[in-house]
Amino acid sequence: MSARAIRRRAKSAVMTAVVAALALLAVAPLVAIFADLVHKGATSIDWNFFLKSPVPAGESGGGVANAIVGSAIIVALACLVGMPIGVGAGLFLAEYGGGRLGWFVRFIADVMNGTPSIVVGISAWTWLVRPSGHFSALAGGAALAMLMIPMLARTTEEMVRLVPNSLREAALALGYPRWRTSLTVVTRTALGGIVTGALVAVARVAGETAPLLFTALGNLNFSTSIAEPMQTLSLQIYVYATGPFEEWHRLAWAAALVLMGMVLTLSLTARWVTRRRHDQ
Amino acid sequence: MLPPQGPPLRGVVFAQPVTGSLHGRDGSLAGATYLAGVSLETTDTPSKVKAAVRLTAPETPALVRHHRRNLGDPTYRVILTGLAVLLPLLMLAVAGQLAISAAPALKKFGFNFMFTTTWDPVAEVYGAAPMIFGTVVSSLLALLIAVPLSLGTAIFLTEFAPRWLRQPIGFLVELLAAVPSVVYGLWGVFVLIPLLRTVAVPPLRAVLGWTPFFKGVFYGNSMLAGGVILAIMIVPYIAAVSREVLLAVPSSQREAAMGLGATRWEAVWSAVLPYGRAGIMGAIMLGFGRALGETMAVTMLIGNRHDLGASLLQPAYTMAAAIANEFSEATTPMYLSALFAVGLVLFVITITINALARLLVWRVAKGAAVGSKAL
Repeated sequence: MSARAIRRRAKSAVMTAVVAALALLAVAPLVAIFADLVHKGATSIDWNFFLKSPVPAGESGGGVANAIVGSAIIVALACLVGMPIGVGAGLFLAEYGGGRLGWFVRFIADVMNGTPSIVVGISAWTWLVRPSGHFSALAGGAALAMLMIPMLARTTEEMVRLVPNSLREAALALGYPRWRTSLTVVTRTALGGIVTGALVAVARVAGETAPLLFTALGNLNFSTSIAEPMQTLSLQIYVYATGPFEEWHRLAWAAALVLMGMVLTLSLTARWVTRRRHDQ
Repeated sequence: MLPPQGPPLRGVVFAQPVTGSLHGRDGSLAGATYLAGVSLETTDTPSKVKAAVRLTAPETPALVRHHRRNLGDPTYRVILTGLAVLLPLLMLAVAGQLAISAAPALKKFGFNFMFTTTWDPVAEVYGAAPMIFGTVVSSLLALLIAVPLSLGTAIFLTEFAPRWLRQPIGFLVELLAAVPSVVYGLWGVFVLIPLLRTVAVPPLRAVLGWTPFFKGVFYGNSMLAGGVILAIMIVPYIAAVSREVLLAVPSSQREAAMGLGATRWEAVWSAVLPYGRAGIMGAIMLGFGRALGETMAVTMLIGNRHDLGASLLQPAYTMAAAIANEFSEATTPMYLSALFAVGLVLFVITITINALARLLVWRVAKGAAVGSKAL
């Protein structure tokens, strides 16, 4: 082997090592973040943390029960508003999206996916908070729904497209009209995938803070009224992390661990659902 | 024997519906009447119907039910179209609302809004140059760090990693995209900044202290901290999209290069990367768009000072952070309008970059929802 060939092989080996190192470096922060979350958050988590609302600043104790319930309510509101629109738009893209309108909607959905969430937040403020004169959980849910819709549209489209055409043809040949074919045969087959997409979308908006700053606002008390300001885990973490008290910082880490646990559970469930489908 | 010398014949077979409506979608032809036949054309006689017959499909009782006007399909289509059209309308509404709310400030300050540096709510003078500068610089700094990391990851995952390692690492990168922004912020405040202070800044100052970029005291909350956290946050987006772009490169590209005697790295460098260049550019721009609009983590780390300085060690501001911080304090209509103007500028910049990025990625991956898992 000539010296040149050896040099070229050596270069290839070195570059392989370099990209491997870069990949390791890229996932290193994730490992570090998880380690820190568990290390700094786990000790503060006990029953009180889940069952009590925050105590006044400076006192110790208290929990984030109001924030956990608030997060759940606001995300549920977002699903209620966003799911029908997002899934419907996704079905349109998959069933009738071949033309120019389909291209345009697909393009807009992808562009909307990158819209800064703070901009969505101030738009929701203008439409829902300013006219009514007060902050509300409902406005927060609507802002999150606006973030969910384009995500849902794209994942639903992808999943519905995976349904084999022969299934559609079989239903049509039996005399099913197209809408029933779409709703009962195609959508049912793609249901697992659509649920996965929804879980991923929920996981993403559950951690959103920026669009809630001027809509749901946050609330130190326990509240389940959707017409009033409501606390979420993300808002609570923001307030606690930027606040001056040691106690708050401790609670911020614990709340972040809980939020991360929720997001992770949703992502893993989503992955498990797809994995099972692929195995079949 | 020669064939007869006459005008050449051309025939057309035809079938025309005469009565009844054709329900092509459910496959039922019941009751429809067709005129079917063969028309022959010669060059001197334009069209002569040689034979035609009326065909009527039998009305079988089982199919008659479907033969009635089917209202379900058009209704279904209209409903789905309506839902889909909501997306562009929603985007138009956001843009329109921002423009309306920003109008007073833009009318008062005009283009100077983007190029002046005074931001004084008391005197009601607003210039957004420092935050536009801070947004662009922090995002570019993030790209500088994130691009090698994420491209390295994508190349490793698609070209070099052993099969058993691809799934787990790909999954970890996806998880990185799932971490909420505010958690990055928390981690940045309590872990990253102390780490930068002790590990990264002293050597940077020692080597590059003479440049304007590393002059002055390290404040902790600074452009550097904001840029680094943004870099960590956009790595998964760029990595996920470029990975899918690289997967879309046909393996014949690799095989051809290796067939000519290239090493694996040479095949990647000279055959795979050039092929996916447009898509990788798109992936990088998507990451850039993300970084520009990212709010919480940056707000918590960048220091939030209306300042236009070259040093990365000093506090700075971004457009998103300004809105997050000052929106609830904006008590006068002009202050509020100025913040909406900031929002409008941010919106227009991110939309433009995202649109360009999408077109680039689509060129490689043909309209697929590339990177949707990460997005």
